[in-house]
Amino acid sequence: MSEHNISVTVNGTHHELTVEPRTLLVSALREELGYTGANVGCETGRCGACTVRVDGETIKSCTRFAVQSDGAEIETVEGLADDGELSTLQEQFQENHGLQCGYCTPGMLMSADTFLRENEDPSREEIRDAIEGNLCRCTGYHNIVDAIEATADQLGEQR
Amino acid sequence: MYTNDFDYYRADSVGEAVELLGDHDGAELVAGAHGLLPRMKTGDESPPALVDIGQLNGLDAIESSDGGSISVGALATHAEIADSEIVREHAAALADAASELGDPPVRNGGTIGGNLAHGDPRSDPPAALLALEGSLEVRGSDGERTIDAAELFEGPFETAVADDEIVTAVRIPTDDDAVSGYRKRRDPLSGYAMVGVGVWLRTDDETIEAARVAVTGATTTPARLSGVEDELEGSAVSEETITAAAAEAGTALDADAFVSDVQASAEYREHLLTIDTERALYDVLDVGQ
Repeated sequence: MSEHNISVTVNGTHHELTVEPRTLLVSALREELGYTGANVGCETGRCGACTVRVDGETIKSCTRFAVQSDGAEIETVEGLADDGELSTLQEQFQENHGLQCGYCTPGMLMSADTFLRENEDPSREEIRDAIEGNLCRCTGYHNIVDAIEATADQLGEQR
Repeated sequence: MYTNDFDYYRADSVGEAVELLGDHDGAELVAGAHGLLPRMKTGDESPPALVDIGQLNGLDAIESSDGGSISVGALATHAEIADSEIVREHAAALADAASELGDPPVRNGGTIGGNLAHGDPRSDPPAALLALEGSLEVRGSDGERTIDAAELFEGPFETAVADDEIVTAVRIPTDDDAVSGYRKRRDPLSGYAMVGVGVWLRTDDETIEAARVAVTGATTTPARLSGVEDELEGSAVSEETITAAAAEAGTALDADAFVSDVQASAEYREHLLTIDTERALYDVLDVGQ
């Protein structure tokens, strides 16, 4: 089968790689480029563990072929911390025990980070709607919602 | 999880996409990939080639035209439709369906043209398109044509969009005197519609002049509910009318039209359809409850 040369930018770093058409975006990120933050969970587009931002919007990277993302600007969970210093959202997940096993956390963080960019003072219901596409099999949703709410509060105080 | 191997071609124009489809037997279009890719993983579909139209420019515009219709570009995502003021104002049922579909990342990924051409009977937009009497604008090797919603859905994952055709836009007629909406009962496992009901009604506030009601999810193929429509048309806007109309939800459908699966039997889905039809009518009419 054919192979294709593509280029992507991940967290600001330019990469060129060669992929088979059937290589999923999440597989290219993890196995070709070493961005193992995006996890492979259900592989059916339900669980959201593989959530990344492509050109500013969250998508599930198991439901996109890598070759389709040629030229895209991709952001993964590795890009949230600034030179090793956790973002406010990441700190609040830690503070509020917003993670247990941690498997859903990269996707949760990407969905929550994207949501908070456009929603400065969300209700808990709005937060729950925002993470509807991210399943936590530890069922630790209360603390995740707490963490996102606390982040919104903290960012609001800083504004 | 990998799909089977396939050849990949990227189209730089609608014309090139049509050519590529013609050149490669069995090739399928891909844009958001949210309909096709999951079915390629399970082996339900295994096209030898994909033609990628996801990066085509200008196919995602949502516009209102003077001629009494709105046009939604085939590459508009469900998120863009859900957020569109034009769609909300003139085709509320489609805005409802788009905002109820999947979850935020799925709405960012999936596109309306692919959704409707794919013909997944569990998906939300088909009921809205049927109730709104929308149509698809398609282009193929024989030129352009229009496919009305009533002719579109031929069976599960079977639509009237031909193998060498590409959907370019969805057109919805508008009517300032009409109201519309879509109500979904979500399958808790898949997130698809266990039952979804789209309604479109034109009233003079006292009488229902015209009615269009459609179902998705509950039936093997999205369909209009003519029994409900007949009961509504010409009747007073009242709770009694809604109750009587909802009771007709299953009457014009064949006995084997309903889906039966691990979540709900066919009999239960038919029961739910009556309830959800009633609720969908209350959602858009200014009476009771």
